[in-house]
Amino acid sequence: MSDQNDPKAPEDKSPKQSAGDSGSGAGVDRRSLFKGLATIPVLGALGATAWAKRSADDAKRQAIVDELGVTGDAPAIIDRLTSRPPSDRINVGIIGYGGEGEALVRAAGFPAPDWVDTQRQAQINDPRNRRLEEYLAHGDLNLELTGVCDLFDHRANRAVAASSIETRPGGAPAGRGATRYQRYTEMLEDPDLDAVIIATPDHWHAQITIDAAAAGKHVYCEKAMTRTADEVLPVVNAVKESGIKFQLGHQNRQLESHEKAREVYEKEILGPVTLIETTTNRNDRWGAWVWDIHPDGNPDTIDWAQFQENAGHDVPFSLERFFRWRCWFDYGTGLGGDLLSHEYDAVNQIMRVGIPKSAMASGGIYHYKDGRDVPDTFQVAYEYPERDLTLLYSATLASGRGRGKVFMGHDAAMEVGSGVRVLAEPLSTRYADMIEEEVVDPDRPLLTYRPGFRGLDAVTTATEEYFASRGLLFTYRGGQRVSTLWLHIKDWLDTIRFGGEPACNIDRGFEEAITCHMATMSYQLGRKVEWDPVQQQIV
Amino acid sequence: MSNSASLTGARLWAMAALRILIGWHLLYEGIAKLWNPYWTSAGFLADSQGPLAGLYLWMAGDPGRLTVVDVLNQWGLTLIGLALILGVFSRFATLMGAVLLGLYYLGTPPWPGIESSAPAEGSYLIVNKTLIECVAMIVLWLFPTGHQVGFDAYLTRGGNR
Repeated sequence: MSDQNDPKAPEDKSPKQSAGDSGSGAGVDRRSLFKGLATIPVLGALGATAWAKRSADDAKRQAIVDELGVTGDAPAIIDRLTSRPPSDRINVGIIGYGGEGEALVRAAGFPAPDWVDTQRQAQINDPRNRRLEEYLAHGDLNLELTGVCDLFDHRANRAVAASSIETRPGGAPAGRGATRYQRYTEMLEDPDLDAVIIATPDHWHAQITIDAAAAGKHVYCEKAMTRTADEVLPVVNAVKESGIKFQLGHQNRQLESHEKAREVYEKEILGPVTLIETTTNRNDRWGAWVWDIHPDGNPDTIDWAQFQENAGHDVPFSLERFFRWRCWFDYGTGLGGDLLSHEYDAVNQIMRVGIPKSAMASGGIYHYKDGRDVPDTFQVAYEYPERDLTLLYSATLASGRGRGKVFMGHDAAMEVGSGVRVLAEPLSTRYADMIEEEVVDPDRPLLTYRPGFRGLDAVTTATEEYFASRGLLFTYRGGQRVSTLWLHIKDWLDTIRFGGEPACNIDRGFEEAITCHMATMSYQLGRKVEWDPVQQQIV
Repeated sequence: MSNSASLTGARLWAMAALRILIGWHLLYEGIAKLWNPYWTSAGFLADSQGPLAGLYLWMAGDPGRLTVVDVLNQWGLTLIGLALILGVFSRFATLMGAVLLGLYYLGTPPWPGIESSAPAEGSYLIVNKTLIECVAMIVLWLFPTGHQVGFDAYLTRGGNR
């Protein structure tokens, strides 16, 4: 093919002229007009095929949505606005201001001054760090931190400092300042105190909850609800008889993806679920409870005698035991109460499984041979014969490969983390026709639910990712990142103010406590244990 | 460049075909992203590892910035693709396309020592398809065809390239 410009080329003053000639003025001959428009059919072809593909994809999606009956809707932004007049202020005390206690008090609106300073500095060092900004964007819960009780002077003093801080979320006014009590019982005597947050080691949970309920104070108690199985029923009875609002600290209850997973299960998208696999996969010292020993910790600054009061054994002063209490059954319940409890509660939230008939656990101390007596590798098989269901829990503190949480159904399997992914089973009964018609592809998710966020936390550590995937740090409401602790505390306060039941109330706490203790007891006894619902005991 | 004037014969049609095919690729990438309400560049930016990782993480770290980046990507791809197919403002479009593809390439370049978390469909060492498409875009910029096969014919009166 010859170019129309070629013959003219020798006459051109400038070679550039050649380009213009083909398209300028009256010189647009038929051929160049054709060339100018030559690509329009290409565009038409792309438009038509893209549209056809889109329509086909939409039709498939609609067919699936119609079949499943789920929507992509996210949970409501945040219901029930907090009542803000001073007369509606709730006076709260904190009992146990360690790592979790500090996180709870901060979520409630009282950050420790040095935490604020650290975050400010972190933001200067790395402008991507928006932790403080995000924190301050949370709403004011209209609380006053009036009482502090911690057995370590340094921590008690920090909590007192936090109680009068001026930098608070939601534009809340500066706190008026809390009183420090040497014993929590003195705090409970304060008639102006409305509620307490209990974040002590597990061996104090039951006693404090019972005493607080007797004093008519509402309770937010960290998990595990109790250290021993024997303590469970007295706590349940004390809470029920007193009528206080009790919230167990399973903030995963606020996780957007868990709500969506519950919807998926309730709509029977999975078909009969016969196996659920839950896991803990950690590989760092902190995650294995080898926490820092504070340099100021010594027999003069720590009330060791009080710490030991409810413990399993009387032992001499030990910094390791005080600061790393989760490593001993004297104070905690190891993986059972710390991490199995979250996994179980998530499953209970999604499928309402309740207490299993039996539990068989095994494991050992295979990595952290540091004097602890709780296992670092722990497996439990729970049986629910009435629901034709096995619930597995498998944990290691010495390897971090994510294994997630999977609900195995005959028609589909569901993976639940910070999002939800449902995959149809290739030999599903329910989806057989749709698979045959190629509307459903078993290799691709039938349904994917991602929290409504557009934005990432650019500064997230591995441990934080672990917590985040289980909803222990934050979730999303209306596309905004929100602390799950804040939501869980708010949920509790809403029931105090407006009535109703907290998300993880005493009934859920009862199921959680018994189920977790069954695993721990099975491990300790080296045999299968069963729940006797008539005698209300583990046998 | 003294003269990128006109290609002839098979050279013209081969070069124009390259332009149209790359345009098709970019345009569909763009509209597929526009049609997907959940699409975001966040994952790509967060996985970034090469020399621009710091910049990309910064972009992903804020919903406002991310929205700007997302919109620029969606419309950048769409408009560049459209311009390439139609041959309209095609020199400017090829230059912008080369820059955009270069930015994609530098997101996680297949250089020794950089491990991408995204699975690749082939095996790449330094050179991947994004880099090749980027260089092809530079070739298109050097050997424009829009004024011969495309609407630039009506726009470049007097050959004011």
